[in-house]
Amino acid sequence: MSTVEIEAPGTVRIWLRRLRSLEFILGAVLTVAMIGLVLASGLIFPDGGDAMDLTARLTPPFQSWAHPLGTDPLGRDVLARVVVGGKISLTVGFLSVLGAVVVGTVMGLVAGYYRGVWDMILMRFADVQLALPFILLAITFTAILGADLWNLILFMIIAQWVQYARVMRASVLSLRDREFIQSARSFGVRDLRILLHHILPNAYGPVLILMTLNVANNILLESSLTFLGLGVDPMIPSWGGMLADGRSYLQTAWWVSVFPGLAIMLTVLGLNLLGDWLRDFLDPTSKA
Amino acid sequence: MSAAPADALLSVRSLTVEFPTDNGPFTAVENLSFDVEPGKTLAIVGESGSGKSVTSLAVLRLTDYANGRIRSGSILFKPRSGGVIDLAKASGDTLRAVRGNEIAMIFQEPMTSLNPVFTIGDQISEAIVLHQGVGVREARREAKALLDKVRLPDAGRLLDRFPHQLSGGMRQRVMIAMALSCRPKLLIADEPTTALDVTIQAQILNTVRELQREMGTAVIFITHDMGVVTEMADDVVVMYRGRKVEAGPVRQIFSAPRHPYTRALLAAVPRLGSMTGEPLPKRFPLVVMEGEATRSTGEERVQDTADYSRPLLAVDKLTTRFDIARTALGRVTHRVHAVEQVSFDIFPGETLALVGESGSGKSTVGRAIQQLLTPTGGEIRFEGRALAAMSAAERRRLKRDIQYIFQDPFASLDPRQKVGFSIAEPILTHGLMTDRKAIERRVHELLDQVGLRPEHARRYPHEFSGGQRQRICIARALSCDPKLIIADESVSALDVSIQAQIVNLLMELQERRRLSYLFITHDMAVVEKVSHRVAVMYLGQIVELGPRRAVFEDPRHSYTKKLLAAVPIPDPDRRIDTRLITGEIPSPIRAAGDEPALHRHVEVAPGHWVAVETAGSRTP
Repeated sequence: MSTVEIEAPGTVRIWLRRLRSLEFILGAVLTVAMIGLVLASGLIFPDGGDAMDLTARLTPPFQSWAHPLGTDPLGRDVLARVVVGGKISLTVGFLSVLGAVVVGTVMGLVAGYYRGVWDMILMRFADVQLALPFILLAITFTAILGADLWNLILFMIIAQWVQYARVMRASVLSLRDREFIQSARSFGVRDLRILLHHILPNAYGPVLILMTLNVANNILLESSLTFLGLGVDPMIPSWGGMLADGRSYLQTAWWVSVFPGLAIMLTVLGLNLLGDWLRDFLDPTSKA
Repeated sequence: MSAAPADALLSVRSLTVEFPTDNGPFTAVENLSFDVEPGKTLAIVGESGSGKSVTSLAVLRLTDYANGRIRSGSILFKPRSGGVIDLAKASGDTLRAVRGNEIAMIFQEPMTSLNPVFTIGDQISEAIVLHQGVGVREARREAKALLDKVRLPDAGRLLDRFPHQLSGGMRQRVMIAMALSCRPKLLIADEPTTALDVTIQAQILNTVRELQREMGTAVIFITHDMGVVTEMADDVVVMYRGRKVEAGPVRQIFSAPRHPYTRALLAAVPRLGSMTGEPLPKRFPLVVMEGEATRSTGEERVQDTADYSRPLLAVDKLTTRFDIARTALGRVTHRVHAVEQVSFDIFPGETLALVGESGSGKSTVGRAIQQLLTPTGGEIRFEGRALAAMSAAERRRLKRDIQYIFQDPFASLDPRQKVGFSIAEPILTHGLMTDRKAIERRVHELLDQVGLRPEHARRYPHEFSGGQRQRICIARALSCDPKLIIADESVSALDVSIQAQIVNLLMELQERRRLSYLFITHDMAVVEKVSHRVAVMYLGQIVELGPRRAVFEDPRHSYTKKLLAAVPIPDPDRRIDTRLITGEIPSPIRAAGDEPALHRHVEVAPGHWVAVETAGSRTP
């Protein structure tokens, strides 16, 4: 049998073709627009969305140019608050997930690759972590450190690294005895290089998916904790907080909670699309 | 072939099967016609990608489940009830009535085709209840009778066992029993013995033949192994790239092949006994297919490369055991005695073949030498230095001098790294070169040496065929100029024509670089072609060790004789002598304290050592 030949098209063409996927375009547009708006919020709305216009309380959306998305019960502009509120929400969402991924991935890699004592210590630690009630942990944590944005993020990292560690460990376990890892070992590649060059690139797929899901989760989690007084100062607008504030007006003024909800949804949708695309993009076997 | 013969049980006419892909439909089988007569065996032979398995699936329309489509052609089958059905157009209900009942199928992997959570008895009776409408108790009785029929000992107790408690050969017999439960008129066997050891393969083939005689079942036998074809077939269809290139009675195909592909295929098949009288391994020119024509490459060369003055590697009383079961207090109760007191030398430029069936411990020996596991006892010396006495740096250095090529070229390359990276990795690991340009040049040079092109370095492993990937693995093994290469079943997973090319490449590299090989394999025919000396392993111990010619032409140990007798030879006039071949390979698991009896070896001729067979240590 003669060899199977594959045409090697130009690199630029491959890139263009793969960037043309709907997933990438939609995901990138949504994410970039969201982050851009939030970063520019200080310029667009210098008052930080705090300006009250009590004469225009509960204005419905799409009625005036002054309040395109309407106002809340205190007469604050919903659009301004959504844009400004994104700051807290996105900071909490991204940083908490990023931190937990880094910690969890390292732990999972070590536990799965070295097994033995390390595995036992780390995984028992994880079991304890999972067994503790979340709210109890949150209350204890704020009691000790006090409630502010950074403590909230730190707390989420502590509560969530376990998920990533377990997923990572499972991937590593299925990889560590594969032949390509053994063959790397057979010619003397050191452990750190095996972990970074061979295990990690083959194992992060599930973590990537978990990450995009958890960003949304943590944006909502921030609001519940804030609602319980365990999170950020409730006077600072955040998507989760607005959602909670608007719930008593859901019958009469749906826009107060629907627009921050929409913001969360679009962000998460964008991230999920990007995540899916990134996973396929980084997998050489899926390249057409 | 024109009109179907009136007595054909199955007539396939102009069958074309397509699979939709992103780049338009892929035609897996094109315009294929053949007939199967009642009680006869038709072998469909071809290499990977030839469409032989798709053909077998298409007959039962199982291609529907694989997203395939029969674009044209007919599959005419004569069921028991009379008349003729065209399976290519039949309805779902008709197909279900035919599948399993009239046409049964057995697959390559007996482990994955049995459901692990049900007992053997449950699974066989399920098929009987389903197709024959009898009660459960009746079905169970029938199941026991079937197990007896496929020559499984102790059938009554076997019914309550789970698949994982059976050996591979036993599982395949269970599969055959299930397939025969409805007394089908046609049995389709897709590579049913490929995953089995040769002695077990011989037994299974024998069982299928006997059952066929008894029940008058017609058989379609899909295989890539020309030796198996001559054992089983009355007629042969040779497939190449989805098309039939030649068909005819088995003798005619083997004695007077007409199509160039058939000739190339037959020329590439290693034949046991082809080296009789030759003291040294020899390279032969190869006939390779290029498009539709053949071309001859390489030259005939005697492989006189070995230098017997000082051994490169000495293995002395190597023992490796694995603890597998402990009491609650941590005391070991059972151990796998993988390797027991194995000793041999490898000399510079020499190929030593380590032969044995699964569970013989041959791979464990290789892994111990490569430091992939720590032996329980014994000594390994490389160029006179004992491994145990080496410093960490020296041991690392040894991983440069000894390289390991694994069996599966698909699994031993990192799918996420480009081929160039994989080949450069040993160089980077040992810091042999630091200049990026120089490394790149070296990678290109290595690719060139193994017959690939420099631009291949930028591609990923999945873009290559199996043979190309094994070449990449060889290039990687060569990258830091090793002295010894351990090839663990490195050609077993490849098609015969590719296998012959890789074997030639290994021998050519040996001559050019004075490489030594430890060639670990179960394939006696390949061993005969490549090796200077042969060591036969059985249950963790060497039972025979000597020059290849002595071991092959004058085997002394009963196990060596059995192993040689079990190899199917691609010659329709020579069939396996099945009287020699009975029994399973015993388990190497023993209770703690129950040490296996060690063989005593005697030298029957210069350099030819054989284990003494006493009544106690006798192997079957």
